[in-house]
Amino acid sequence: MTTAIHTEDLHVYFDKNHALKGVNMDIQKNEVTSVIGPSGCGKSTFIRCINRMNDLIPSCTVKGKIIVDGQDINDDAVDVVDVRRRIGMVFQKPNPFPKSIYENVAYAPRLHGVAEEVNGKIRRRKHTKKELDEIVERSLRRAALWEEVKDRLEKGGLSLSGGQQQRLCIARTLSIHPEIILFDEPCSALDPIATAKIEDLLVDLKKDYTVVIVTHSMQQAARISNRTAFFYLGDLIEMGDTKQIFERPHEELTEQYITGRMG
Amino acid sequence: MNRKAKETVYFSLFRICAVLVVLALVVLVGYIATGGLERLSVEFLTAMPHHANTEGGIFPAIVGTFLLMLIVVAVSVPIGVMSAIYLVEYESRSWMGRIFKLTIYNLAGVPSIVYGLLGLGIFVAYLGFGFSLISAGLTLSIMTLPLMISAAREAIAAVPSSVREASLAMGATKWQTIWHHVLPYALPGIFTGIILSVSRAAGETAPLMLTGVATSLQRLPDGFFDSFMALPYHIYFMATQSSNLLATRPIQYATALVLLLLVLGMNLIAIVMRKRYRDKYKW
Repeated sequence: MTTAIHTEDLHVYFDKNHALKGVNMDIQKNEVTSVIGPSGCGKSTFIRCINRMNDLIPSCTVKGKIIVDGQDINDDAVDVVDVRRRIGMVFQKPNPFPKSIYENVAYAPRLHGVAEEVNGKIRRRKHTKKELDEIVERSLRRAALWEEVKDRLEKGGLSLSGGQQQRLCIARTLSIHPEIILFDEPCSALDPIATAKIEDLLVDLKKDYTVVIVTHSMQQAARISNRTAFFYLGDLIEMGDTKQIFERPHEELTEQYITGRMG
Repeated sequence: MNRKAKETVYFSLFRICAVLVVLALVVLVGYIATGGLERLSVEFLTAMPHHANTEGGIFPAIVGTFLLMLIVVAVSVPIGVMSAIYLVEYESRSWMGRIFKLTIYNLAGVPSIVYGLLGLGIFVAYLGFGFSLISAGLTLSIMTLPLMISAAREAIAAVPSSVREASLAMGATKWQTIWHHVLPYALPGIFTGIILSVSRAAGETAPLMLTGVATSLQRLPDGFFDSFMALPYHIYFMATQSSNLLATRPIQYATALVLLLLVLGMNLIAIVMRKRYRDKYKW
């Protein structure tokens, strides 16, 4: 088993508020890792560090190391745009662009172009129409949405149902082949049937990707993840195999949370 | 009074207020149209004025006002939109951004004659553009900028931040996000800003008097550095300075009607564009 993400003494501050207090964590490749904990425990803050989304908040400072592929992506010298291309994110509320389904998925590939090696040099060029069509179809298939939308790709992304919109957002993320996909409570705005579809999809995605999901549903964590991390007030209290965390937690706090006596 | 009756009273009150606004416009347009239609003709629209404007047409004034509107669109729209992007996307929370916003609100309250003096000082005298179309156009552009910036700023700020996050999270740069998402979705609001700015600029008289409007020209301006005629000033001149006020009254009405139609026509274009973009990007 290989480590996909390794954090070392990760601290986050919002002005003077110490939101994450020295997190050391290893996230395994091709697994689903869930992050649980009561509201305000720092779980969303933690995953937003991994693709540097916290950079967008002016009052936020992130200290410590986040090693992905041997590179500290929290280093100031690292290109955030490149980090976000390699580490995708799906948000709590489905947020498709107010454009067509096709354009939603084709946006990122168009943006980045195709990298080609010509005479030993890496060059970027535009996709051909055929290549884009293939990417759109492949991404939508992978996100289990193709059969539902193949006849109306030119329709607006916002005309879809909530669950379909969220799968469109997943397809959009898959279109540029990230290594890691972060999910920030992706089902909290969805009904149980749509949630079940997304959960199946997440389990399937781990074959090709490393999946990290923040969830406030413990049942969801138990159903889909290989490993679970429990956060409380900015501290990583315990992390281990999901089975172990839910059946034999080592820490008192973890047990209190999963049995519903706290949180 | 019971709740139902109160509801009816307030609802009627709101309806009366709304009807009053429509009524004001109808009366205004009707009054101008009845006074001006008889004088309106192809010759009036396409001929040069002669005999101290009492005969002939108002062609140079139509062209002058039209060119002023074009200068305002060409200058104040790009500067206004870019300032608005800066204010929303780059300085929304800093003290600098706040100072900019305060400045813009204050600028919006400055009387137009003061802008005229500014234009006279900067464009006519200091930069040596003289009493010309370009001096007047730039003065009107500066005057309409606060309006343009406010409208564009509101439109840009109304684009949900979740859309920005989605784009950034896929490795788009901030500029790519603004160019591909924020600006297109803000376009309807920006068009509203254009409508307001151009209408305001087209109707102004005071700044023109200080920057180069002519009372009568038997020709079109031969370039941006020439003096020009303008519809609102023509109305003012005919209504107050003309040698025979009563005889020229139909000309005043007809000129006002043409100004109204020109502004409405420009607005119509902007409204159609706005509708197109609203339908294209729905959320």
